[in-house]
Amino acid sequence: MAATVRPMKTGAELALAEIFSAARPALPGGPDIAAQRAAAFDTFADAGLPHRRVETWKYTDLRALMRDAKPLAPLPDADAKAQAATAGALLGGLGFRRLFLVNGTFVPELSDLTDLESGLSISSMADALAAPAGLPATYLGRTVSSSDAVLALNTALMGDGVVVHVAAGAVVARPIEMVFVTTGETAVATFTRSLVVLEEGASATFLETHEGPAGVAYQVNTALEMVVGAGASVERIKITTEGAEAVHLATMLARVETGARFANTFFTSGGSVVRNQLLVHLAGEGINAHMGGVSLLAGKQHADTMLSLDHAAPSCESRESFRAVLDGTAQDIFQGKIAVRQAAQKTDARMLSRALLLSETAESCNKPELEIFADDVQCGHGCTTGTLDQQIKFYLMARGIPAKEAEALLIQAFVGEVLDAVGPEGVRTALSEATRAWLLGRE
Amino acid sequence: MAAVQDTVEQVRSIDVDQYKYGFETNIESEKAPKGLSEEVIRYISAKKDEPEWMLQWRLDAYSRWLTMQEPEWARVSYPPIDYQDLYYYSQPKKFKAPKSLDEVDPEILKTYEKLGIPLREQEILAGVEIPEGERPKIAVDAVFDSVSVATTFKEELKAAGVIFMPISEALREHPDLVKQYLGSVVPATDNYYATLNQAVFSDGSFVYIPPGVRCPMELSTYFRINEKNTGQFERTLIIADKGSYVSYLEGCTAPMRDENQLHAAVVELVALDDAEIKYSTVQNWYPGDAEGKGGIYNFVTKRGDCRGKNSKISWTQVETGSAITWKYPSCVLRGEGSSGEFYSIAISNGRQQVDSGTKMIHLGKNTTSRIISKGISAGKSNNTYRGLVSAHRKAAGARNFTNCDSLLIGDNCGAHTVPYIEAKNPTAQFEHEATTSKISEDMLFYCMQRGLSQEDAVALVVNGFVRDVLQQLPMEFAVEAQKLISISLEGSVG
Amino acid sequence: MAPLLEIKDLHAEIAGGRKIINGMNLTINPGEVHAIMGPNGAGKSTLSYVLSGKPGYEITGGEVLFRGVNLLELSPDERAAQGMFLCFQYPLEIPGVSNMAFLHTAVNSQRKKRGEVELTSPELVRKVRELGKTLGIDADMLKRPVNVGFSGGEKKRNETLQMMLLEPYLCVLDEADSGLDIDALKVVSNGVNALRSPERSMLVITHYQRLLDYIVPDVVHVFSAGRIVHSGGKELALELEATGYAQYQNEAA
Repeated sequence: MAATVRPMKTGAELALAEIFSAARPALPGGPDIAAQRAAAFDTFADAGLPHRRVETWKYTDLRALMRDAKPLAPLPDADAKAQAATAGALLGGLGFRRLFLVNGTFVPELSDLTDLESGLSISSMADALAAPAGLPATYLGRTVSSSDAVLALNTALMGDGVVVHVAAGAVVARPIEMVFVTTGETAVATFTRSLVVLEEGASATFLETHEGPAGVAYQVNTALEMVVGAGASVERIKITTEGAEAVHLATMLARVETGARFANTFFTSGGSVVRNQLLVHLAGEGINAHMGGVSLLAGKQHADTMLSLDHAAPSCESRESFRAVLDGTAQDIFQGKIAVRQAAQKTDARMLSRALLLSETAESCNKPELEIFADDVQCGHGCTTGTLDQQIKFYLMARGIPAKEAEALLIQAFVGEVLDAVGPEGVRTALSEATRAWLLGRE
Repeated sequence: MAAVQDTVEQVRSIDVDQYKYGFETNIESEKAPKGLSEEVIRYISAKKDEPEWMLQWRLDAYSRWLTMQEPEWARVSYPPIDYQDLYYYSQPKKFKAPKSLDEVDPEILKTYEKLGIPLREQEILAGVEIPEGERPKIAVDAVFDSVSVATTFKEELKAAGVIFMPISEALREHPDLVKQYLGSVVPATDNYYATLNQAVFSDGSFVYIPPGVRCPMELSTYFRINEKNTGQFERTLIIADKGSYVSYLEGCTAPMRDENQLHAAVVELVALDDAEIKYSTVQNWYPGDAEGKGGIYNFVTKRGDCRGKNSKISWTQVETGSAITWKYPSCVLRGEGSSGEFYSIAISNGRQQVDSGTKMIHLGKNTTSRIISKGISAGKSNNTYRGLVSAHRKAAGARNFTNCDSLLIGDNCGAHTVPYIEAKNPTAQFEHEATTSKISEDMLFYCMQRGLSQEDAVALVVNGFVRDVLQQLPMEFAVEAQKLISISLEGSVG
Repeated sequence: MAPLLEIKDLHAEIAGGRKIINGMNLTINPGEVHAIMGPNGAGKSTLSYVLSGKPGYEITGGEVLFRGVNLLELSPDERAAQGMFLCFQYPLEIPGVSNMAFLHTAVNSQRKKRGEVELTSPELVRKVRELGKTLGIDADMLKRPVNVGFSGGEKKRNETLQMMLLEPYLCVLDEADSGLDIDALKVVSNGVNALRSPERSMLVITHYQRLLDYIVPDVVHVFSAGRIVHSGGKELALELEATGYAQYQNEAA
């Protein structure tokens, strides 16, 4: 076999190389972190921006979708902070502990750091990287192994983020919301990296919202690593309502230990190109894992959800449930892979992905994959694509419900199958209302 | 003592002698010089007495092939193939296209007899007891290494207007038909192995069913690789003209050899308006021994083009052989209202690697497709279903239903499912479901409590698992397939 | 008269350690109907599995003779061919395998093991249809895959059909009434009663006395903590219904 031909560097790739070499000296962290950054950039440089021939990026040709690389966002000034203060309206009033990340930088003065529950500690990633023996030194890049180029780029250029530690047995009842905001008229790039460690038996709920200006082609590359200790319980909900021109690339790596409970839900309605990568490693026995996602896409939006679930230990149960509602010329991609290793006997894993196409020109691509090396397992996946059931719609209309309202009802029920699994009631209601607003607001 | 554990032990102990078709026929052969070059292609073309356009078609493919790369995306691994260390053409010495069976070399006739393939026209596939007079007729084209050695029932088929002959002969007798359709479904640009096939293919079957004709009997081709270090590159072309119907069967075996042998075939099907083609395969190439030594590399491109409205193409395959299987019988659903079907049983044992599935490409309006795939993995094998279902922009009302189930016997094997589902039309309705399970200990115990031996119990459960697909096969073939499944899982199946 | 089944000081545990059968003795003569009653968790179902040879149980002591043969050395199918039939509490579903094909295979596997002539397809079909009629099992149910999509009652009727067809020497009925309404219970017990004969014995395992109104036992045993702690006539069942198992549980302790 001939060796793989190294592709020509694109403009964006060349620009990223320049950005990295210029920013390098000022990026936070000691020599170990610097070495990690350098190695990660090499990984990125070797692979380049993902394209169709990279199987996990088959349907999202980032090389074509990301023509240029934007400059790194400067530290947020007073203006930016003032604009950011009003962000996160979707979950406003729910009384969550809010942490603000403005243009990629953690802003303590906007954040609620008072009355931290016992066992809970929060710091900025930049500070944690600079500390000689902080949590990043132990965990960063070591939760789930991945050679993904976008993640590597994040590792190379990560500026700030949040580090949360929940001590063994601590129960943090008040959900923690990370509000990611991009501001300003100039297109910038942000690279945030966060780390959440839940020690044995700890429990917490995390929310993430991502938003920014509508008319600016800014670029977000964000990553979250999470360690869920034995018997711990965690739920995380990520809401992406980026501006219409934005490119949003997100990676979550989660390592889950024995007997823990892990839940993750994506809700995506904003952004021009959105990629959510979720890599979950079930390392111990008896884990209960639940993963869900809803994409509501219109216009020329393109969203890609990539799930890689690694059942490495016996007797874990996982449920994966994803829905997409597509209008305009939107494209939704779902690639979900469940791997069951030889040791992972008695695995019970079920995945269902469904897409609803509302327009003549929307597109849906699904790749639900199973990779099984253990015989005593129950694994399955299902996938459907289609349009609304016209008979049911007619039935509703015959009872006097207008077409659009009837559609909205049916579609809400369709995404409700995922949203119903969201824990905090306030979030469930807010997402349900956001869905309804999206539906009634479409052309 | 766990019954399944026991089964696993037995599967592990499977030896090479389970392969019942591993004998070798001693017959002198005449071969092209070893290796691949323009000269070898000219040699093959000259042997076949081909027209100039055909030689040119081969040479075009060859120059294209030189620039191509072997695909790497399948979940199979094997040492690099030295394409210069193969013979690309081998025919029995003193071979002259036989006019009747009496002219066929008795050694070859014996070989097919041993394989249970009837070349005498009154006979029928061995092992099926059907009273005289009720036996269905099957016409057979027997391909031995690179050449077709016998074709039966020619006269009776001719009377019905059906053309069934070696493709080399069709090139001489029906050049226009061949020229019109050859390469129209699988073009030279298609893939590495198909392009190689286009350059060097030696023989294969050609079938043409004229408009409105229902082919009066099943047609079948039986492939046998005998010669050492010889690649087999056959090419089959079936055209069902408007409103016609044909059912075609394909079987294959090879001697047991320590070295790997390459089989890169191309099958092209064309169904015009309201025509139907049913293509069934029982693939039983030598799978190699328990340690993975030897066996056939089966890299096959099979594609059907539902060119006409309301046409139908149905693929049924029972895959038990080959060291490596790389095979995706597909349907291009071009004609309005056309439909495609894929029914598959893929069994892997020992060190076999199977990467197989289908593509259903919905281009026309109201096209439908159905995929039922049953994978069974045992031993240290890996068994992958890989499939694509796509609806293009204009494929309004397209429908697909896919069901792929995997069964694992033992925990040293792997079962994988890699479906791609692409919808670009809102009225396309796709449903896909896949499950992976094992033969449950409780189910085996239940059967054994009713008096079935452990092997019978496993066989019963496996047969239940594959039943939906077996039902698609013509009766005589279903019996053969069922036996084959038993042999393939011998140790676990009685 | 030689006993049909002799259980002598049987000890058994679930693979991995927990002791379930603990020094059990029982003798069943041909033609007798024995009932084993006991509280939940006493090991009643385990007894049925140990007798029929289900994997996952370890015999740690004692012996079981069935028609003079050491039962514990036989595989489940050999036991079945010897005439041991277990009516499952929860019959298994076997997708893709038609009921008729399953019955055919079972009957002839047993006949073959016993050196008897195998039944032809038409013979078997006729027999199954006749039996099916008495149980309200129609041709459609026979065509469907074994127990797949059957209701609880249909599954039990199907078990009874198998029992009638296979003509065993010993029928072990494990909670045969679970999941049955009163009509289904009558159909099943009529089938069982029709099988009563001087050569054939029954071991009825049940938690409730209700079933014994329909299948009247000769002997009733109280089973507790892995062995029989008390035996009596059919009136013992009524007594148990009234007083409960508590007194015998103490006896066992």
